[in-house]
Parts: sequence; C-alpha cells; structure tokens
Amino acid sequence: MRVLLFSIFLFSSFIIDAKTLLIGNNYFYKKIKLALNDAVNGDTIIVEKGFYKEGNIVIDKSVFLLGKDFPVLDGEKKFEVLTVKANYVTIKGFIIQHSSYAVLDDPGGIKIYNSSYVTIQNNQLFDNFFGIYIQESKHCIVKDNKISALIKTEQEIGNGVHCWKSDSLQIIGNNISGNRDGIYFEFVTNSIIWRNISCNNLRYGLHFMFSHNDSYITNIFKNNGAGVAVMFTKKVTMMNNTFENNWGDSSYGLLLKDISDSYIATNKFYNNTSGIYIEGSNRLLIEKNIFEANGWGMKIQASCMDNYIEKNNFIGNTFDVSTNGTLVLNTFNENYWDKYEGYDLNKDNVGDVPYHPLSLFSVIVENCPPAMLIYRSFIVTLLDKSEKILPSLTPENFIDNKPLMRAIKL
Amino acid sequence: MNRIIKFIILDILKNKIVLAYTILLAAFSWSAFSLEDGSTKGVLTILNIILLIVPLVSILFATIYIYNSSEFIELLLSQPIHRNKIWLSLFIGLSISLLSAFLIAAGIPLILFAESLVGFMMIVVGCLISTVFIAIAFLSSILSRDKAKGIGISILLWLYFALLFDGLVLFLLFQFSDYPIEKMMVGITASSPIDLARILILLHLNVSAMMGYSGAIFKDFFGSNLGLFIAFMLLICWILFPFLLSLKIFNKKDL
Repeated sequence: MRVLLFSIFLFSSFIIDAKTLLIGNNYFYKKIKLALNDAVNGDTIIVEKGFYKEGNIVIDKSVFLLGKDFPVLDGEKKFEVLTVKANYVTIKGFIIQHSSYAVLDDPGGIKIYNSSYVTIQNNQLFDNFFGIYIQESKHCIVKDNKISALIKTEQEIGNGVHCWKSDSLQIIGNNISGNRDGIYFEFVTNSIIWRNISCNNLRYGLHFMFSHNDSYITNIFKNNGAGVAVMFTKKVTMMNNTFENNWGDSSYGLLLKDISDSYIATNKFYNNTSGIYIEGSNRLLIEKNIFEANGWGMKIQASCMDNYIEKNNFIGNTFDVSTNGTLVLNTFNENYWDKYEGYDLNKDNVGDVPYHPLSLFSVIVENCPPAMLIYRSFIVTLLDKSEKILPSLTPENFIDNKPLMRAIKL
Repeated sequence: MNRIIKFIILDILKNKIVLAYTILLAAFSWSAFSLEDGSTKGVLTILNIILLIVPLVSILFATIYIYNSSEFIELLLSQPIHRNKIWLSLFIGLSISLLSAFLIAAGIPLILFAESLVGFMMIVVGCLISTVFIAIAFLSSILSRDKAKGIGISILLWLYFALLFDGLVLFLLFQFSDYPIEKMMVGITASSPIDLARILILLHLNVSAMMGYSGAIFKDFFGSNLGLFIAFMLLICWILFPFLLSLKIFNKKDL
C-alpha cells in the first residue's frame, strides 16, 4: 500500500512538473522560439495576443502551444510558419498567415513531418501556400480550423489540408475555401473526414487517391472548380455529404474512378453538371442518395461492373442517367424516378411496368454533344416516347424492374 | 387607322374563337402549375405550349381571318385610305387580340408561379413568337388568292418550323459530327424562330445541362447581353421581314 501511494505521488509529481511558459510583451519570453528552446516535453506554452514574425518555428518537443485571443504568426511570404517534428504536439488558437511559396518543398502554414498524435485545433490559416500539410504521420487530428486563401491560379496555390502517406487521421469540422484542393488525401488509410465545409476551391473540394479504408461523412462540397474526385481506392465510405453547384464541362459532383468495394449512401447531389460520374468501378453500393436538379444525375460508364444502385431519388435532372456503351453490368433497383410514367395497380408503391431510365436523347447527346441544341424540341419528345415503348438504340437491360411510385423520404 | 384597328378587334371579339383560345390556354397553364409538384415542370409544359400551340393558333387563325376579311379589305380600299394603313391596322388588330389572349391566359400564371426571370423571359418570347407567326400568316395568305392553298402553306410552314426543322438539325449534327460545327449551329438555329425561342428559354431553365462544351458556346453567345440582344433582334426580324414582304406584295397586288 505504501509503495502504491508513493508511486502515485511520484507519478503525479511528474505531471505537476510540466510547467507553463507565457509569451508576450509583458512576460519574460517575448518570442515563441526562445520559449520553445527552454521547454521540455509536456510543457504548455501560452502565447498572448500579438503579432509574431519569427520566421520558421520548429516544434521538436511534445508541447501544448496555445494562443490566447488569436495571436498572429506571420511567415512574411519567406518561411514555412510552423513545422512540427515531434509527437504529442497540440497547436490551438492561432492565426497563421503568409507562408512562403516554393514548388519543391511545398511549405505550409502548419506542416507535420513524421509525427504521431498531433492535434491542430481552432486555428485560422490565411493566405498560405499549403494550409495544413501532414506527411508520414499517424493519429493526427485537424479540427475546427478555418483555412482560406486568396484565389490565384492553380500553380500558385497549394491545398487546404494536404495529407500524404499517413494513417488514422481525423479531419473534422474545418472550413476550407479558396485553395487548389480543399482536402487532399494520397496514400492515407483508416482516416475520417467529418463535418467539413469545402467550398470555392480552384480544383477539387476533396481530392482522394490511393487512400483505402477511409470514410467521409456529413461534409459539404460546394462551388468547387471540378467538384470532388475519388480515385484508385477501395473500401471508402461516403455518407451524408452534400455536393452542390459544381458547374462546368469537366466538373462533377462526385467523380469516381477505379473505386471498388465502397459504400455511397444518403448523400445529396444538387445542381451539378453531373451528379456522379463513375468510371472503371466495381462492387459499389449506391443507395438512398438524392439526385436533384443536375444536368446528368449519374453518368455510369460501360467500364463499371457489379454496382448496385438502389433506393435513390432522381428528381428534376435533365438526364437521370447516361452511359457510353451498350454493355450494362450494373443493377438498378427500387429507385424513384420522377420521369416514370407507369402505374401501380396493387398500391404497393412499386410501379408495375419496369422503367428504362436511359432516354434515347441522352444516348444521342453522349455520341454527339452538340445535339444538346435540340433539347426539349418536339421531335426529341417524339423520339424519346417511341424509344420508351420499343427500345432499339438504348440497351434493353438498362432497366429498373421495381421503380418506386413515390420518392423515398430521406 | 385607330378606328380600323378598333373595328378589327371588336370583330375578332365577336367571333369568340379568340375568347375560347384564351380560356383553353388559361386552363392549360393553370393546371400545368397546380397539378405538377414543382414549378419547373409547369414551366416546361408552358414552354411546350409556346413552342407548339401558340404558333399553330396564331398562324391558322390569322390566315383564315385575312381570307375571311377580303371583302372588308376591298370595301376599305374603295375609301380614300392608304393601302399601307389598311394592311398595317389589320396586322396590329390581329396581334393585339392574340397577344392579349396569350398575356391573360399564360402570362398571369407565369408571373404568379414561375421564377421571375424565367417567367418574364417566357412572356416576352411567347409574345414575340405569336407575332412572328401572325406575320408569317400575312405572307402566306397574300401569296395565293386560293384560300385552301393559303391555309395549306400556313400549315406546312408551321410543320416545318415546329417539327421538321429540328429533325433537319439533328440530321446535320450527325452527318457533320466529326467537324467543329458548334459555331455554325448558332447561325443555323437563327433560321428558325421556334428554335431561337426555345434556346433563349432553355438557357434560363436547364443551365446545368447546357454547361457542356457546345452548351458553353451557346451560353457564351446567347447568355451574354449582346447575344440576348441579337437573339431578340433576330426574332423581331422574323416579324418584320415576312410582314414587310407581304406589305410590298399587298401594295402592288391587283385585288
């Protein structure tokens, strides 16, 4: 017992031993770098409100770096602002701005090198080349930050949250705008992207490659140059996200390229040129999504196989679906199509006539895009109607056998 | 001239067909908006009416009316009135009655239910289309003294603009799909008033679908203020050209 008490006392004395260093004009430490020099692992550094131009600040100890009333750390367009090279670092409550610009080393507002358990929370990053850059790190949390940049050309600006070759990251509740890609994932596994808002970025709201076993949930991707791209990945979960207002010739709400074994559910695709564009993807389950007011609700290329598209609402899209070939290896079932004109005699909410969602005109436009000019002309309506009754040009097995009569409540 | 116009309008009112047209059009438009759940579908129904029914009624009614008032025209010609005035007041009288029918029947629901910009656009375009087809009716009815032939020409012209033209465009698109024909297509659509009207409205409706490459070229042209101005001018040309031609023939014609 005595030994136990003693050990508890000994242990707690270690915790108490961690000291707090205050930085500001009225304190002993005027500069963050000096305090960092004197700090040891476990110390807390509190930075008072002020304007700090200290070049590149390297954090190589496990410290809590806390800003009081948002002190400003400025990189003067010459330095990377904060560099983290230690585990268990927390950075909280700063305004971090004007990092340098360099194509070779990709400097960032905050850059984490080979570290674990780093938390970056409640900071405002403004006009940096990269906002937060995480490389070869594990178990890091990026939470509630506001990352913005002035719109320039794609070459002049980096990504908002850039993650490379990492594992078990949590990107939560950030607000990202005006960067090249809002969130960039490459070789990042077992991570979650949750409750972020990524809008007005030059290229993608979320750019996602070779990142297996990740989830992104309840994010909003809006007004991005080319929407969201998810590529070369397996086992991704995409739920409850909103993809909105991504307009342009090669712009998609969600671009899926070579994705397999993934789950896409309860997302909302609103007002995009194409809601989802799927290419070379296998074994996806796409269910309970809303496709509304898109040019194309879903463009599913003939290179896709064994995908299940079930229980989605297709409402007010110019074209609900389109494809580029006659081979159909995907299954459509129990979706609601607002263009469906069948009937339901036994009132079980399932239409008695199978529905061909692929209109002749969408096939014509796929083959000859300028044909969009005669959209909604009487001749097109006429052709579409006759094709619906006797399919000749559209693949006959592109069919929803159980179209729903009413939209699914989601 | 005002008295002639007044007389023509009263005459058209007396014959009740325009009244029936107003009621039918109103029934269509109101039910389009009240039956469909979203206003977009209602707008699309009215778009179809503007592109099909309005031209058909305008051209047929105007042609038949001109043929039927040949005796009235002859009577007027015996008076000391300039021929220009007679023909013009006939045109204005017909236009006013058919336009007010359209405005009352389709205009009010459009203002009430549709988005303001789209609704306004559709009203303006609908009025222009009505007038274009009245002008075409004047031309086809002056071309031949034979009533059956004149009405036949009118029906054929309507068929051509409403149906055949788009078929031809589709055919051309497929024949020349290997070439960059988008810009040429802008010119070709200008040669049909119905296509001009359709594209003007579509650019305000289905923006997302028109964002493809060819759509972008169209949007660049018709979406800009200059393009919008040119498109409206073209529609006005479609009124002026047939009417002035018919006026020229009327002035010289031995009736």
